Amino acid sequence: MKIKLNIWKQANAKAKGKFEKYELDDVDAEMSFLEMLDSLNEKLIKEGKEPVAFEHDCHEAICGCCSLYINGHPHGPGKETATCQVHMRSFKDGDTITVEPWRAKSFPVLKDLMVDRNAFDKLMAAGGFISIDAGQAPDANANLVGKIDADKAFDAAACIGCGACVAACKNSSATLFVAAKVSQLALLPQGKVEAKRRALNMVAKMDELGFGSCTNTGACEVECPKGIGIDFIAKLNREYLCASFSEAE
Amino acid sequence: MSKLDAKIPKGPLAEKWSKYKATQKLVSPNNRKKLDIIVVGTGIAGAPAAASLAEMGYNVKVFCFQDSARRAHSVAAQGGINAARNNKNDGDSVYRLFYDMIKGGDYRAREANVYRAAEVSSDIIDQLTAQGVPFAREYGGTLANRTFGGVQVSRTNYAQGQTGQQVLLGGYSALKRQVALGKAKMFSRQQMLDVVVIDGKARGIITRNLVTGEIERHAAHAVVLATGGYGTIYYLSTLAVQSNGSAAMQAFRKGAFFGNPSFIQIHPTCIPVLNEYQSKLTLMSESLRNDGRIWVPKAEGDKRKAKEIPDEERDYFLERRYPAFGNLVPRDVASRAAKERCDNGFGVGKTGLAVFLDFRDAVAKQGKKVIKNKYGNLFAMYEKITGDSPYETPMMIYPAGHYTMGGLWVDYNLMTTIPGLFAIGEANFSEHGANRLGASALMQGAGDGYFIAPYTVSNYLADEISNKVPSTDSPEFVEAEKNVKAVLDKFLSINGTKTASSFHKRLGHIMWTYAGMQRNAEGLKKASEMIAELKKEFWNDLKIPGKTDEINQELEKASRVADFIDLAELIVTDALNRKESCGAHFREESRTEGGEAMRIDDKYSFVAAWEYQGEDKEPKLHKEDLKFENIEVKVRSYK
Amino acid sequence: MSKFFTSSIGQKFFMSITGLFLMLFLVVHLTINSLLLFGDGELFNRAANFMSSNPVMKIIEPILGIGFIVHILYAAFITLKNQMARPQGYKVANKSKASWASKNMFILGGLVLVFLVIHLANFFWKVKFGTVAAITIDGRELHDVYGLVAGLFKGWWWYNVIYIVGATFLFLHLTHSFWSAFQTIGWDNNKWIGRLKVIAYIYATIVAGGFAFIPLYFLIKYVV
Repeated sequence: MKIKLNIWKQANAKAKGKFEKYELDDVDAEMSFLEMLDSLNEKLIKEGKEPVAFEHDCHEAICGCCSLYINGHPHGPGKETATCQVHMRSFKDGDTITVEPWRAKSFPVLKDLMVDRNAFDKLMAAGGFISIDAGQAPDANANLVGKIDADKAFDAAACIGCGACVAACKNSSATLFVAAKVSQLALLPQGKVEAKRRALNMVAKMDELGFGSCTNTGACEVECPKGIGIDFIAKLNREYLCASFSEAE
Repeated sequence: MSKLDAKIPKGPLAEKWSKYKATQKLVSPNNRKKLDIIVVGTGIAGAPAAASLAEMGYNVKVFCFQDSARRAHSVAAQGGINAARNNKNDGDSVYRLFYDMIKGGDYRAREANVYRAAEVSSDIIDQLTAQGVPFAREYGGTLANRTFGGVQVSRTNYAQGQTGQQVLLGGYSALKRQVALGKAKMFSRQQMLDVVVIDGKARGIITRNLVTGEIERHAAHAVVLATGGYGTIYYLSTLAVQSNGSAAMQAFRKGAFFGNPSFIQIHPTCIPVLNEYQSKLTLMSESLRNDGRIWVPKAEGDKRKAKEIPDEERDYFLERRYPAFGNLVPRDVASRAAKERCDNGFGVGKTGLAVFLDFRDAVAKQGKKVIKNKYGNLFAMYEKITGDSPYETPMMIYPAGHYTMGGLWVDYNLMTTIPGLFAIGEANFSEHGANRLGASALMQGAGDGYFIAPYTVSNYLADEISNKVPSTDSPEFVEAEKNVKAVLDKFLSINGTKTASSFHKRLGHIMWTYAGMQRNAEGLKKASEMIAELKKEFWNDLKIPGKTDEINQELEKASRVADFIDLAELIVTDALNRKESCGAHFREESRTEGGEAMRIDDKYSFVAAWEYQGEDKEPKLHKEDLKFENIEVKVRSYK
Repeated sequence: MSKFFTSSIGQKFFMSITGLFLMLFLVVHLTINSLLLFGDGELFNRAANFMSSNPVMKIIEPILGIGFIVHILYAAFITLKNQMARPQGYKVANKSKASWASKNMFILGGLVLVFLVIHLANFFWKVKFGTVAAITIDGRELHDVYGLVAGLFKGWWWYNVIYIVGATFLFLHLTHSFWSAFQTIGWDNNKWIGRLKVIAYIYATIVAGGFAFIPLYFLIKYVV
């Protein structure tokens, strides 16, 4: 099938970018979206043109590298799908596909479709952990964790850190990302010790990094490739409010 | 052979590690802050090693080529992580795990290392749990376990089908904590390009900043490589597309021996190749074989739909050939059995290169809900890629390149033949012998990272306290940087017609055909010639756009492919040298009458450690003889 | 705690608390207004005069005013900050499935505010500072607020339209704000999200529908 592409090109972080138009004549419906871009790049290189820079690695929707905003959707069409799981059969012959990078002040564009998501690492360093050194751990069965809580914690922990929530949110808010980590650890007995400190520090860091605030549109959960729900945001709010009203800072 | 001293502590097997820890050299807390360590790679070995060393008080610099430490490919491990905890009261023990690994590895692993890996396995689960890894639990709150291939106990801990992700995030969060505390410094988007050796010791690395293109020099007292495996040598594999063997090759060229390079595991359950553009194959967890039954039609070339083929016309070939283990035979055995069926014309699907993995009986017996609970995310992933629902029709699967048991040769300290250069996790040749059992990669990587490297690196550093970190202006650093730059400039100056990926694809094809699941002398020799030709073509007809001082993904690819080509030669050399079949390495010349792999213990019971001799020169073989004092060497049978 | 007032969740908390307070006010307001529909206005006049003369209401009135102001100021501040979080927008507008109202709360709030100003000028201002005809009930002289309302809707038919349109904006604003307020104060989980969203629609329909019904009632009564 024939596909027209409208792709954001930007030489580097400081350069001014613009949309570039490309056409591909023989796209196979069974190709994945990333393989389609590979074939575009192959063609561009042979023509002596600059290929399109984009990120991808595992192709199994688990590494969180992919970050393409396709036709108005982070990760393109499909529910609970990362870009690497999008196949060309989701598009029609003759379609024009607009591909943009994640847009957020906290995710500056590095080149073309690549953005810097270091802000997520900083958020994690602000409290997304349990303070335990190797060698100090008690027996894993010493703290019993009910199946319901363990499963719920897992649902939150399934986050792949891709940033689609930020990309989808009209406020570029990282609340779902923070909520998932805060909830995961607050649900487990071993994480409760630091739960208050964690919620306060991670939210403070999120604000400091320039992410917007949550206005409960729910766009994040719709686009999350792992289907992480906004009920975790309610939990984050609960944790944060409790911490704010109880912790002497 | 003086160079190949594995430094295994004396004494009974079960006491070696505790004796080592009790008598090793230590660095006092005061002195630790004077010592710098470089850790390259942030997977399930690298992140824990970096975090644990930082927790102890060392200054740690951590490098990864991805944008974040959390993206290392350990994240994609699905099924689980083994631990000898005997949670199920089914006769598990450290010895049993050790036994299973040695046997599973077809008696080509070093006893002492394997026993140590089994010994620390239980601590890993405790550590990860304490970090907040949400392992599956029973309703009563205790750890849940599942079974994996090649064993008869239930010892695998899991977090749905995303165990690797959860385990990795445990290590990643520990690392982030150290970054916040200032003990670890993170360098992401940095590709390592060389090891710097000064006075015979590893003293630093050269990296390329992938954003600015700048070449950087980093010095330290010790360098730990946790750079993973090189399964992407086949181009199509279950690995992430950027996974590579470059760091190992850089170390090899600087004098580190390469152990058993040809031992590459082919994973039996992957989604088959669907089209020629494919850039990657997707793994379907081995845990699926707990409930799925593998079969092909009894009639050759039967192209009916799976549902239309009645039971009596199905050949459940694993259950038929290996009644004791059935669908849960080890990976190498399952892979070869599937290939055998397909090669003989019984394969299914468009290409005939696939077998069925059927959940019909499991769904009927346990109900869709239970199956969904166990494998929901895997089934969804399969459906997304192929458009078929495994609840309705059987999955189609085929083996694909997966894990490399081979890697840098290390001694009991996990140190390579270059003093101060350590290799941990999949990057070393390690504990898996000629074949790895399921759910033991996370176990070995995490064990190395949390509980072994912190001790052995300290043991090495104890003698380095009085040595300052070398200046990055020393001639060795200058020289290394100069060489690295020359190679990068060379890539750009060729200005040929073919892309780096196209070379990788062709190399992968050669390797899969001649050095994949089955190998023979003739094919390997042919592969060797083809690789040499490809190499010549690569250096004459490569086309890399752009410049070196900017983000240049093609340049990154080129440097990886260049290393893959050299590594391919090494693999072929090793495969040719080992004229026996063992584990994943199946030489057609060495098989039993029944077609099973046949080891030749009196000739090949050794680790092949290859020493670099210079560009385009045959590497030199060193042998580390394997002694089995605690286990009886038998023909590996799963019948 | 000092950080609380400036943190994103803290600010949202005040939005939510003031919002819940305003929603409670709407219920009281509607309850009183519904008396317009019964009888000849005596009931309503008694209630309206009770509300304006009651000492408790004298205290609550400024609190209500502050509630409005805090709600509006925080809304403006948060919206501004949120817009700064994405300096460069998308070429293809986001198509993520989310309710239109949830994505346009500030605009809806603004429109409700415009309506509110008109509404205050029409009634509150006149009762408070202007001249409202007096009426004697049980020997007491009271403001004839009923007459004021009836007069407004009788005199200019397009006021009916303004009030119905205003109620529509309010409806949209409330569909999101009701459950969102509970979400923000953390009083929500995956079981209650669905339920609260349903309750939000019921609440919004009753409140906005009630407010829209009154002008409609007068429209039918006098104009048609």
